[in-house]
Amino acid sequence: MADLSIRNVIKRYGSVEVLKGIDIEVKDGEFLILVGPSGCGKSTLLNMIAGLDTISSGEIAIGRRIVNDLSPKDRDIAMVFQSYALYPNMSVRNNISFGLKIRKVAKEKQDEIVTRVAKTLQMEHLLDRMPSQLSGGQRQRVAMGRALARDPALFLFDEPLSNLDAKLRVEMRTEIKLLHERLKATIVYVTHDQIEAMTLGDRIAVMKDGVVRQLASPQEVYDNPADLFVAGFIGSPSMNFIRCPVVEQAGRLGVQLKEGSETFAFPAPAPLQEPLRARLGQEVIMGIRPEQITDKTAFSGDNPNVLNRVAKVEVVQPTGPDTLILIHLNDVPVTCRVHPEASARPGLPLALMFDLSKLVFFDPTTEKRIA
Amino acid sequence: MADRVQTQTAGADWTRRAIVYGLLIAFALYYLMPLFVMVVTSLKSLDEIRSGNLLALPARVTLEAWGKAWASACTGVQCDGLKGNFWNSVRFVVPAVVISTLVGSFNGYVLTMWRFRGSDALFTMLLVGCFIPFQVVLLPMAQTLGILGIANSTTGLVFVHVVYGLAFTTLFFRNFYVTVPADLTRAARIDGAGFFTIFWRIILPLSPPIIVVCVIWQFTQIWNDFLFGVVFSSGQQQPITVALNNLVNTSTGVKEYNVDMAAAIIAGLPTLFVYIVAGKYFMRGLTAGAVKG
Repeated sequence: MADLSIRNVIKRYGSVEVLKGIDIEVKDGEFLILVGPSGCGKSTLLNMIAGLDTISSGEIAIGRRIVNDLSPKDRDIAMVFQSYALYPNMSVRNNISFGLKIRKVAKEKQDEIVTRVAKTLQMEHLLDRMPSQLSGGQRQRVAMGRALARDPALFLFDEPLSNLDAKLRVEMRTEIKLLHERLKATIVYVTHDQIEAMTLGDRIAVMKDGVVRQLASPQEVYDNPADLFVAGFIGSPSMNFIRCPVVEQAGRLGVQLKEGSETFAFPAPAPLQEPLRARLGQEVIMGIRPEQITDKTAFSGDNPNVLNRVAKVEVVQPTGPDTLILIHLNDVPVTCRVHPEASARPGLPLALMFDLSKLVFFDPTTEKRIA
Repeated sequence: MADRVQTQTAGADWTRRAIVYGLLIAFALYYLMPLFVMVVTSLKSLDEIRSGNLLALPARVTLEAWGKAWASACTGVQCDGLKGNFWNSVRFVVPAVVISTLVGSFNGYVLTMWRFRGSDALFTMLLVGCFIPFQVVLLPMAQTLGILGIANSTTGLVFVHVVYGLAFTTLFFRNFYVTVPADLTRAARIDGAGFFTIFWRIILPLSPPIIVVCVIWQFTQIWNDFLFGVVFSSGQQQPITVALNNLVNTSTGVKEYNVDMAAAIIAGLPTLFVYIVAGKYFMRGLTAGAVKG
């Protein structure tokens, strides 16, 4: 196992800069996720780490060794692809041992490795089948087995679960997480699915347009997003964004909101008072997550950061564990999460509780978080 | 009420079917007629041909004409039948097919998996090559063969057919390999396989459908070719197509229709055989994708 260093890596195609200076340090045994929308550069970065793509400028080091000019087979890596990329004309056994064969590993050692890997991934009964005789999930396991057999310093995963159906995806996600815990391997995992990112990673690098917007642990990225994009990208249903002016009411700074025909203020929690003072009278974008707006039964006791209000329900969407309610604040649709038994009906008012302790505020122009 | 509708549609159905079948049978007869006449004529004796009717079955079946076509008919000055020329054709068709298929597959591999600057332009030029008529190539090819010192030989003919066929074979393989996911090459590179290993161990084993297509296509084209054969070979080395032409045009008095027919069928048998044996693989190969899922 080894650590990975990505230092000021830039990738240009002609005059277009696709990656604009990436700096990431991955510790030995860490699970790093690269997540972002299509076209953000995450797969390009992964290919550059693997050696399948050249680096325009900057350095990549695996285990303290700079690998910029090394071919993929010399970098001590293994990769699992979205399309599994199994060799169709070879049995599962031969697929797994192909790399070993090329590197002239002794036959007995090859067999030993294949047996061990098959046992780890519970696919001993599949060893003599051809890839076309396997289901999607089984193929994915073979692809992982092929990577495991190499016993590399670094594992690279390129959206490995994207081709699986939803249920299988959840199962394989758990398997990958268990595998990471058992092997303590250094893993770089690319995905566009923010749920995979949150559940699997030790740290998440949220990317957009060739830049890392935030690199932090899942909870940190969730609670303290660095900018508007990260806040909206992580979390489903996504965070509600409401444009509102900063006002002062009863000595406390907060934002002014309008619901229906009523105007009222949300006071900001204590740590945010100072940063907001500089913005008094200006407009900011307030971010509040759906689970912070619930029905009255959710909270109990006197919490200075909890506000009760009645709002008119526009749309009701039951999901099973909770019901999503759509209301309008400042003429912006806001999603709330209430208990299924809160009996919300479209068109009727519902008593809601707002948890303001986790509010975040963004600058409308720079889109960065101010508080 | 429902019954009445049923019979009406059944009636209309019946008329439609009758028309379709009628047309198909008519066209089938039209197409098979020449072949029928050829086979029937080749089995008759000359007297019967002279006195009889074109479409009549032979009263007395004789294989005399066949024997003559194969071993003793006159093609120009020689009177050894077609057997020598048959083997001439085999001698250059087999290497030409094998070489052009192999090179085509290698070209297709490089063009799809190892793109380099200008590879698309190169492919377009090769594509244009498919549309160049034989005749345009004749003079430059004659000069090239002269320069290479292989003019008027079997090697020369093989060379001509390989070069001319490259455009098609590259096209076939390239279009087939485009359906192979790029990730396969990437995975192989990470596993440590190099350029030739990937071709030999991974790409070629995937190729049987398109290899069959290529072999059938090239065999048909090269075996049936007349122009290159007549221009680039002479005398004893001539392919069967040229010899057939000579045979039919050689007349020492009586025109022996039965021998001519037998000779024509002999010349066409190999391609017919290939289609009967491998025809369905041709269609399958053309529509096959390389890898699923």
